[in-house]
Order: sequence, then structure tokens, then C-alpha cells
Amino acid sequence: MDRNQLKRLAAYAAVFAGLFFLPVGSQRFRNSVLEALHLANWYAREHVLLCLVPAFFIAGAIGVFVSQASVMKYLGAKANKVLAYGVAAVSGSILAVCSCTVLPLFAGIWRMGAGLGPATAFLYSGPAINVLAIILTARILGLELGIARAVGAISFSVIIGLIMHLIYRKEELAKASGQLGMPKPEVSRPLTHNALFFFVMVGVLVFANWGAPNNWHFALSDGTEFRAAVTKAPEDASAPGAAYRVKLLEGPDQGKELNVEASRIAQKTPLSGTWTTIWRSKWLVTAGFAAAFSLILIFWFAVRWWKVVLAAIPPIVLALALPTGGLWVLIPFAAAVIGLSIILSTDKGEGGEWFSATWGFAKQILPLLFFGVLAAGFLLGRPDHEGLIPSRYVEMLVGDSPNRMLEMTGWGGGAFEGFARSIWPLWTNFFASVFGAFMYFATLTEVPILQGLIGAGMGKGPALALLLAGPALSLPSMLVIAGIMGIRKTVVYVSLVVVMATISGLLFGTFV
Amino acid sequence: MKRLQVLGPGCPKCKALAENTEAAAKALGIEYTLEKVTDIKEIMKLGVMMTPALVVDGQVKVVGKAPDVEAIKAFLA
Repeated sequence: MDRNQLKRLAAYAAVFAGLFFLPVGSQRFRNSVLEALHLANWYAREHVLLCLVPAFFIAGAIGVFVSQASVMKYLGAKANKVLAYGVAAVSGSILAVCSCTVLPLFAGIWRMGAGLGPATAFLYSGPAINVLAIILTARILGLELGIARAVGAISFSVIIGLIMHLIYRKEELAKASGQLGMPKPEVSRPLTHNALFFFVMVGVLVFANWGAPNNWHFALSDGTEFRAAVTKAPEDASAPGAAYRVKLLEGPDQGKELNVEASRIAQKTPLSGTWTTIWRSKWLVTAGFAAAFSLILIFWFAVRWWKVVLAAIPPIVLALALPTGGLWVLIPFAAAVIGLSIILSTDKGEGGEWFSATWGFAKQILPLLFFGVLAAGFLLGRPDHEGLIPSRYVEMLVGDSPNRMLEMTGWGGGAFEGFARSIWPLWTNFFASVFGAFMYFATLTEVPILQGLIGAGMGKGPALALLLAGPALSLPSMLVIAGIMGIRKTVVYVSLVVVMATISGLLFGTFV
Repeated sequence: MKRLQVLGPGCPKCKALAENTEAAAKALGIEYTLEKVTDIKEIMKLGVMMTPALVVDGQVKVVGKAPDVEAIKAFLA
């Protein structure tokens, strides 16, 4: 039998062995499979249409409409060095549109452009300031982590770049001379127009995803009433046994947490305030931004007005005809997305380019995210629902306190316990950083994985540390970087990332 | 005989540029050699920082994107 046939046989044997030994009898295994599906279902309903799809369009627009040539000006050999750091730190998602352009760009900025400092800043920021990832982080893991991630990633790139520059400043590299191949400048549009265009799209994204307020007034079926902040809402309030975890806001038991079964709630209304007002009117605001977006398409992107009107009719009709609660809103939203896609994909000019960049992102990322979500659900489950890996292991390694670890290892009591307690935050953040640095995270998969880890008991500090070290590095990428920078510089770079991630995690965990 | 070089480490956009370049060259009926440059040091030597890129007879024509066949024909003329 030749090689190909042997490979095929091996594949059949492997699949057979897998199925033969599949632990379908194990309750934990069955639960894990269901958890994977639950998580995928939740993502599909809550995040894909309202959050991911607009984010893909925004990322595509960044790739096509932000002039890469003008950004590169700041990273060239004659650039102002101080400005170069700032630009390098932020431009990762603008310049590294294709994931494999990070390395040639890094090499180019180092040897032919602004130097090792800005080049390293760019090397870190490229994967770390992924626009899509930050949007999804804020949406799923919470605004705090989203902002911390964005701020952390930008400051890191500058700091790491500066330190690399300082350490290696004695190396004067002979800059390669010759003409630099720059991208041709694209269709010029005044900066204000571009800015408004992005602002409007971000407006749609932000308001379509405006979360429910935290503080509510509860009226139970037995007559009791109280005000409380919701710390955990059930995913499906109509499921039997579904309960809200709330923290009382007033009264003698203020601050106490309790579980309230959804079935006992006669009525709940959000407490009034700015957040609530915005939440009540979020779809109106979103529609307003969408209208502005349509105008921009007609007047600044040269899309025929009748196309825009035609595409706008189905969503408007559906929005008025259907109830606005819950998942119904996805239907008009989807209709709008479909309309936009049709307009753009049939456009011969910029619109077509924009659509193909957007579609490119979707093709690249959705399959990875799909498997990442299934894997995260299978291994880690959802909060309060374990996957294959029991939560206590996560708590043991990166939990908020060493109690679980001491309990499971039996090393409690005595000197070790004292020692463990004092260095616990340092240890968990460090461990998370190192783990993140070596482990490979496909684009965006760090979000469902972290969601599972946090739900299983990982502390906030280590979570941030993982977010800052994970996507930017992996063992394979370290090897490739070493091929360009050399092993020593790579070691320095990786150590810097780990140290900074640990520190950030420590600060975030302590102060936020 | 035109010397065509497609620069890029091998991601989907680089492959697309190579395919479109070949199609454009064949459509124009010109004589050409097509070379795919994937080594980063070589790419830098040609003065290019953003891939994918197209170099025609030593001159950098396209940087950072993969235009369609029609647009590439203009660069090959």
C-alpha cells in the first residue's frame, strides 16, 4: 500500500479508536457536550448578529479606508521617534490587516524604518490591539476587562518598545538604503468625513449592544418588594429553576446577596437613571445612527440613493411589524445587514473593496471562533455549569484565593500556608501570564476560553494577565520571531511581556 | 520578457495576488517569469514593508493589497 492509502487507513483507525473509547457513559462527558452546544447557542443568539457582524464591517472599513500610506509615514526612517511609538502602539490593527504581514512589517520598521523600539511596539500591538477582540472582550467579559485590555495593550506596546530600544540602543544598525515601496494613497476623503463614518458605525455597534441596567426594583408574587443590583442573570429566565443572583441595595440587609427564582418575580422594573433611559431607547438611537449611516453611504460613498432606500425598506417594515423584545429584534437587524451586504458586494468601487475586506475577516475568523466556542464550552462549561475540567482545578491554579489549592494539596496549615497566602496574587498572575505567552490562541478564541475560565473561578487579575499575554504570543510565534530578531532579543521581549502582564494583572486584581 | 515577483510569506492575500498576476499576464499575452518571494530578508531588500506586493522588472508596483486582474493588467502594460 502506498503512503496515501496508509495515511487514510491510519485516519480510519484513529476515528474508530476515538469513537470506541468515547466515554459516553460518563455523566460529566455528556454534560460537557451539552455545555459546548449551550455556549455555541448563546453566542449565536446574543453576540454574532448584533456584535460580531457590525464589528467585521468596522474592521473591514479600517482595513480599506484608513490610509496605510499616511500611517507608514510615521514609522519610516525619518519619522519623529516619539510619535513613532504612539503610532506603532495603536496602528497594529490598521496595518496588520493580514496576520502574516505583522512579521515583514516588523522587520521593515526595524531595519528600514523607525528602529527596534517602534518595531517591537508594533510587533506586540498588532495581535494585541485587535479591534474585533477588544469589542468582543468588552461585550462578553465586561466593560472593565475590555477597557483594561485596550489600555493595557496600548501602554504595553509603548513601554516594551521603549525598553527594547534602551537595552539595545548601542546597536547601530545600518539602515538599508534605497527606495521604500509604499502603498499608493487611496481615494482621498476629508479626515472629518472618515471620522464621522467610523463614529456612526461605532454608534450602531455600541447602542445595539447597550446592556440592561444593573439596578432593579423587584416585586415578588408574594407581595414583597425590594431594590437590588443583579450580579448574575439567568440565561433563560423561563427555564425551570432559573434564578437571579442579586445584591440588596437598601434596607437592613443591604449588601447581602441572595438568589431569587424567576418564577417568583411578579414584576421587575429598572431603577431610573441615565443608563436606564439610554437602555429603554437603545433601538431608537441605533436606528438614528443607521439612518445617518445610510446618508453617509449616499453622499460620501457614491452609493445610488434608490439602492439604499430599497435596502432600508425591509428592516423598517420588519422593525415596525414585529415586537421589540428579546430576540425578535434580530430579524430586522439581520435584514439590514443583508441589505447592506447586497449593496456593497455589487458595488464596483470602494464599497466592493470594503465588502471583500469584511468578508475576508469573516471567513478567516468565524470558523476559528466556532471551534473555539465549542472547545471552551466542552472543557470549561458555563458559570455554574461545569465542563470536562472541574472548576476546582481552575480555582486551584488561578483562583482568587489559595484556599482551594491548600485544600486539594493538603498543604494547609503552618509555614507554607502563610507563604502561599502572601504571594498568591503574584503567583496566579505570573502563572496566567506564562501560560498565555506559550499557549496559542487563534484570533478571538481567547474570549470564550476566558469566559469559561472566569466562570470556573479564575480571578480578574489573572484573567487580564492572560488577555494581555495570550493573543500576542505563542510558542510557534516565538520561534518565528527568534528567526528574525535572534534568540536573545526574543527572550528579552517575551520576558518583558510576561512581566508587564503579571504587573497589570496584579494592579487590576487589587484595585478594580 | 517581464520579470514578475510576488512578495509575501504565503497568506491568502499573497496567493490571491499571485493568481491574479498570472491571470493578468496570460490575458495580456506577454512573456513573463513569475517568482514568489517568501523570505522576509529578500522582501526587505526590495524595499517593501507591507505584503503582499508586486514587483515588475525591479519596480515596486503594488504594496499591501491584492488588486483584481483588471487593475494588475494596467501595471503590466
